Amino acid sequence: MYDFEFVKPASVADALAALSDEDAKPLSGGQTLLPTMKQRLAMPTKLVSLAGMAELIGVSAEGGVLTVKGATPHAKVAAEATAYPALAALASHIGDPAVRNRGTIGGSLANNDPSACYPAAALASGATIVTTAREIPADEYFQGMFTTALEEHEIITAVKFPIPEAANYQKFVQPASRFALVGVFVAKFATGVRVAVTGASEEGVFRWTEAEEALSSSFTPDAVASLKAPAEGMIGDIHGTPEYRAHLIGVMTKRAVAAAA
Amino acid sequence: MTSVTMTVNGKKMSGEVEGRTLLVQFLREAQGLTGTHVGCDTSQCGACVVHVDGVAVKSCTMLAQEAAGAEVTTIEGMANPDGSLGVIQQAFQDHHGLQCGFCTPGMVMSAADLLKTNADPSETEIREYLEGNICRCTGYHNIVKSIQAAAATLRG
Ligand SMILES: Cc1cc2nc3c(=O)[nH]c(=O)nc-3n(C[C@H](O)[C@H](O)[C@H](O)COP(=O)(O)OP(=O)(O)OC[C@H]3O[C@@H](n4cnc5c(N)ncnc54)[C@H](O)[C@@H]3O)c2cc1C
Repeated sequence: MYDFEFVKPASVADALAALSDEDAKPLSGGQTLLPTMKQRLAMPTKLVSLAGMAELIGVSAEGGVLTVKGATPHAKVAAEATAYPALAALASHIGDPAVRNRGTIGGSLANNDPSACYPAAALASGATIVTTAREIPADEYFQGMFTTALEEHEIITAVKFPIPEAANYQKFVQPASRFALVGVFVAKFATGVRVAVTGASEEGVFRWTEAEEALSSSFTPDAVASLKAPAEGMIGDIHGTPEYRAHLIGVMTKRAVAAAA
Repeated sequence: MTSVTMTVNGKKMSGEVEGRTLLVQFLREAQGLTGTHVGCDTSQCGACVVHVDGVAVKSCTMLAQEAAGAEVTTIEGMANPDGSLGVIQQAFQDHHGLQCGFCTPGMVMSAADLLKTNADPSETEIREYLEGNICRCTGYHNIVKSIQAAAATLRG
């Protein structure tokens, strides 16, 4: 890892000021950024630490919305998101306990790894990504593998999740990395059902609209039993072919509906 | 270089570090606490697990400066004050919870973290909790037995 300057600002305002340098980057849990820097795939000249900043940590529920502040570690969401049990369960299965103690929701959503768990929750819930500059609906936020609507030096300060009537996340674990080989988040609202798929597509997290339509008229595993996600555009690697991943999307969706219904 | 100070196993320790200095480098190289191991250096294997402000972290994936002012506990801090093995360490010895021993410091630190919140974990709970600790001798069976024995001793 190349050397850099480390700064620990006391507030979000100070962090933004520190980030105004070109080549400065926010550092949250570091569970993705530090390994990336060790491989010299990123070489910022300055890291601005957000971890542990009081105004960026917390989980609260009000008026049917669960708000998770941007630097809240996965372990805290797992323990405190009781108003949205499917989200707490998702957080409690990210990586391992030590990763969950450091890794944060803001880091996960900013990174938008195509196999990460939180993007599926945010997209299926129709969450709003709150930043230092604006509020971005999840449908506009995710823009492909490792690509988001975030501008350079924009900090995610919170994520607002509308709490569904029923929801579940099913992750088929890639056994070496513990990321999702395929993960499906199903969320049922009074207005309809949303289904988001992670781990599968070359384009990153996406909504499976065919399944959403079928489940909005009948929220049962049978409603999606005959649907097939297309293999075109799915990831193919040593862990699974595009056809295998496409098949898993159907299986995981059925399991998620069965567990949520 | 910047000076950092943290409390390690109850003692204040200071050193000069770069931005990129990892917590594990500070512990091993600056303080000589070589009980904490570097296995994979990619936050997968868990040989470097220590406790920072009471929770388990992988010290190869945390910067030394991020631990400034923190309370850190390493495997050296798990022994009794007279230098004899602590309860979890002793259980690992008694139940052959180690073969080559490389992963053991991380296993003990993760076990200690688990037993803080779950005094009587089931085999499944232990195996799940150790998901981020890899034993290449594949000695998991006796590691689980050791942790269950330690839990029983600690429950009294
Ligand atoms: C062994 C292991 C297993 C894992 N398993 C899983 C898994 O099963 N599922 C899963 O989803 N993830 C998994 N992860 C990833 C983990 O959840 C990371 O913690 C997460 O993806 C990144 O969060 P972080 O806080 O560590 O971010 P960092 O590594 O600090 O940062 C990541 C990126 O986001 C930027 N950033 C950070 N915070 C903000 C912010 N608030 N606003 C804007 N930009 C920001 C940084 O500049 C950087 O570019 C795993 C990681 C490891 C090491």
